[in-house]
Amino acid sequence: MSIQPRYQHVATESLHKPNGWDLVALLIIAGIIAALVWGASHMDTPYHVGKPIIISLDPSALPGYALRTVLRMFIAIGLSLLFTFIAAPLAAKNAQAEKLIIPFIDIAEAIPPLGVLAIVIVAFIQWFPDSLLGPECAAIFVIFTAQAWNMALSFYQSLRTLPLEFQEAATVFQLSGWQRFWRIEVPYAMPALLWNTMMSMSAGWFFLVASEAISVANQHILLPGIGSYIYQAIVNANLHAILYAIAAMLVVILLYDQLLFRPLLVWADKFKLHSSDDDAQENVSWFYDLLLKTRSLRIFRRLFDAFKEWAINQPSVYVMQLKRLSLHAKQSTRPLKCAWLQKPLHYFSSVKPILSQSCVWAWNIGLILCIVSALYALVRFIHLYISFAEIRHVFFLGSITAGKIALLIVLTSLFWIPIGVWIGLNPRLRGIFQPLVQFLAAFPINLIYPLVVTGILYYQLNVDVWSTPLMILGTQWYLVFNIIAGAAAIPPETLLAAKNFGVKGFLWWRRLVLPAIFPYYITGAMTTAGGCWNASIVADVLKWGDQTLIATGLGSYITQYTESGDFPRTALGLSVMCIYVLVINRLVWHQLYQLAASRFSME
Amino acid sequence: MASHTPLISLKHLKKSFTNPEGQALTVLDLDHFELFENEIVSILGKSGSGKSTLLRLVAGLAKPTSGTIHYQSEEVTGPIPGIAMVFQNFALLPWLTVLENVELGLEAQGMPKQQRRQRSLKTIDIIGLDGFESAYPKELSGGMRQRVGFARALVVEPELLIMDEPFSALDILTAENLRNDLLDLWCARRTRTKGILCVTHDIEEALLLSDRILLFASDPGRIQAEIKVDLPYPRDANSNAFNRLMDKIYSIMTTSERERVRHTKETHLADIEHPEYAYRLPDVSVSELTGLLEAMTDHESDGRIDLPELADSLHLDINNLFPLTEALDILRFAQITRGHLILMSAGKAFIDADILHRKQLFAEHLLKYIPLARHIREVLDSNPQHRVEEEFFLNELEAFLSEEESERLLKVIIDWGRYAELFAYDYDAGILSLENPQ
Repeated sequence: MSIQPRYQHVATESLHKPNGWDLVALLIIAGIIAALVWGASHMDTPYHVGKPIIISLDPSALPGYALRTVLRMFIAIGLSLLFTFIAAPLAAKNAQAEKLIIPFIDIAEAIPPLGVLAIVIVAFIQWFPDSLLGPECAAIFVIFTAQAWNMALSFYQSLRTLPLEFQEAATVFQLSGWQRFWRIEVPYAMPALLWNTMMSMSAGWFFLVASEAISVANQHILLPGIGSYIYQAIVNANLHAILYAIAAMLVVILLYDQLLFRPLLVWADKFKLHSSDDDAQENVSWFYDLLLKTRSLRIFRRLFDAFKEWAINQPSVYVMQLKRLSLHAKQSTRPLKCAWLQKPLHYFSSVKPILSQSCVWAWNIGLILCIVSALYALVRFIHLYISFAEIRHVFFLGSITAGKIALLIVLTSLFWIPIGVWIGLNPRLRGIFQPLVQFLAAFPINLIYPLVVTGILYYQLNVDVWSTPLMILGTQWYLVFNIIAGAAAIPPETLLAAKNFGVKGFLWWRRLVLPAIFPYYITGAMTTAGGCWNASIVADVLKWGDQTLIATGLGSYITQYTESGDFPRTALGLSVMCIYVLVINRLVWHQLYQLAASRFSME
Repeated sequence: MASHTPLISLKHLKKSFTNPEGQALTVLDLDHFELFENEIVSILGKSGSGKSTLLRLVAGLAKPTSGTIHYQSEEVTGPIPGIAMVFQNFALLPWLTVLENVELGLEAQGMPKQQRRQRSLKTIDIIGLDGFESAYPKELSGGMRQRVGFARALVVEPELLIMDEPFSALDILTAENLRNDLLDLWCARRTRTKGILCVTHDIEEALLLSDRILLFASDPGRIQAEIKVDLPYPRDANSNAFNRLMDKIYSIMTTSERERVRHTKETHLADIEHPEYAYRLPDVSVSELTGLLEAMTDHESDGRIDLPELADSLHLDINNLFPLTEALDILRFAQITRGHLILMSAGKAFIDADILHRKQLFAEHLLKYIPLARHIREVLDSNPQHRVEEEFFLNELEAFLSEEESERLLKVIIDWGRYAELFAYDYDAGILSLENPQ
């Protein structure tokens, strides 16, 4: 289905009469708006630290809680977009800013968001002393840190790889910087940015649920939401409530998937450089079609278009008028009215190169000083409280977690590669499973942890063994997507050739399929492994009623000291995790990635 | 029909790039050129002759290293409203409709929406895109897309239209159709355009289109000859006058080739600054060479092959044909003289030989006549393990050539050397050696 027939369909109908779709679409949209407004009005509830917040386990309270959770998500994604649109263009266009922003994002990506919570919550509570806004902000900030980095990186990369011919066209036709940004750069970056935003949001649900129930420094703060509902259900050992929460979350994710994720994917197809003939899987969304068919929404679209026109072009028009005025002033023989300005202006233009050069130096020196002092502060802070032996122990715990993750990756790969390849090679199955996997990736898997815990307790199982798979339950889907995509990308001719030469069984895997999916597999495995580190913070300490199961690993170290409010140890645990993630990324994943790109890519 | 007011004039124009070693590599060196009103000028040359660089300098997309460009009386230091450009790969924005793409340049000028729309629709009408206003570029065929490219350029009413191989991404029929429509517009004066500067590598296209043709030579890019085309439009590609001009162009372009090869050999032998092995081998594969040699027997008459005829029957444009003939020439399999190709005895022997003997013959000629092949072989022979990293040779070449050009050169010689079994190359390790794969 191409885009044009859709528009034609709309255009041929009579113009002013509202159609049946109007009612449906308007009801949905009005409902969404009303719900969000209701949720927002409850965020600023008065609150004092230590005051218990009662979370009702009555299922009728769940829709309200779900709404509060969704609202937090939207605020966080809005902030992430804001960050993306400021940081990425800065880094892409200014070499000095790039030096700061890109390494910062690289490292920030490795910091587990849930660890951040322990550190920022105190600050936020102090900023908003008598209101629940403090913990709210802290929770939102956590989701922000889980989302913003890869969005900004994606946008930055798109800006840097803008095709030369677009740049030249923009220059020849003299688009202003502002027009260039909105007409060319943003649309070009849109598909990748949108995909990353959606992936970020999907990953965000996990952190959101985990950060609503904040246990820090022996304080339990419960923000009204599904996460706190689950926490309360665990404390009360109420299995029914857990099932209600899972059902509510399924509904939320389903709505998110159908009303936001899918329509946006379809919309973003418009920005792709090439028509999507090659990948037979075209995105479809009933909601997007509904919005297009709705007549009364066309007024909003027209208003939006008019606004876009004004916002993109008008600033340039003003600038041009200013320029023309100044040109006029220059050309006229009359001396400039503010003649006193000319001397300093002239002086400024002569020292400008020296000035900008020294700015660069000052900036670089400042950067180095910042890094050194931050390192010094961290080392001193940790060293003051913690012995060297303990640091060694924490590194040992890190290696245990790393080992668990490696084992999990191997096991899930063994399980998913055959299934993923089977799905990927079969277009009909792919049509069914791809959306399903995307849906599952968004579901916050920590909601089902309590079910596993009751299982472990009931059958008296080994905690270290049986809690380990929980780390990968939520993030394995990235591996699955990529295996499916990799198998789907194998040229059909290559498969036919293999069939023709009787390549079968183990040889078929070793010579054809495994090398072909390798680049995709590496991307998926890298994301999955990164997600596992984050999940270990939640999955290593499991509770049910008054019982607590603790698995050995870095995750449980961080969680325990966060709860008891031991900041040096929390900081140490987080630093070590950050170091592990960074080092493994550089030494293992990037190397494999290079290998995949040079040896196993199909181009 | 050219008048005497120059639209564009260039003086002492030079453009160079600096390689990693800090040496300046000159890609374009023009003493003087003027484009007059009511004139279409084509720049014809092989890839790498700096013709696209010239176009970008005129468009204000790049700055010259030295020299000046004037548009009427104004110096070109950046893009100028009176100059618009048509791109080789269209450069249309896929997220904008045809109409929105055409409006882009007017938007940049800050024109109000109503006026903009009116003018764009008119241009769309003229260029034959009526009915496609609301289509997205990806729905259109290549020819229609380039029409959008033309409309987008013409709507800003440029006095000078510059075109970077505008028809080369299109198939033959579509290109002809679009070229004829453009000429009709030009001859009927339906646009405000006063001059067209067009880069092409298609000799016939240049002859069909232009009042003047500048033949460009490489290393550094420069004007080698200027051909005036006084034939009336529409031109007949089968007329005698047309064919005479065609032969003349082939003759000039091939003569230069021969001289350049000889020239490089003589002057650079004693030249330590620019060793022989840095000679820029043409970018052709062994199978293309073999294919051409085999095809040559069919076209030979009294020992000579007419190049325009060969190019026509094999559908080769100058970007494909000249590198091939140059390679045959430097390998001493054939000889180029004034628009003709003469098969030499080694070439004949090569055609008659079987696969193994072909390889032997090729290896012999490679070592004898291609300094880079000889150089690599000598280095490998003198190395105790007979294994040398490709970086070594790349670094050597980069002292004289750009990074990109060095990589290209090494890729060509690896292809030739592998075929001749002079040396082996391990892609994963990036190592050249004398080993055979186990």
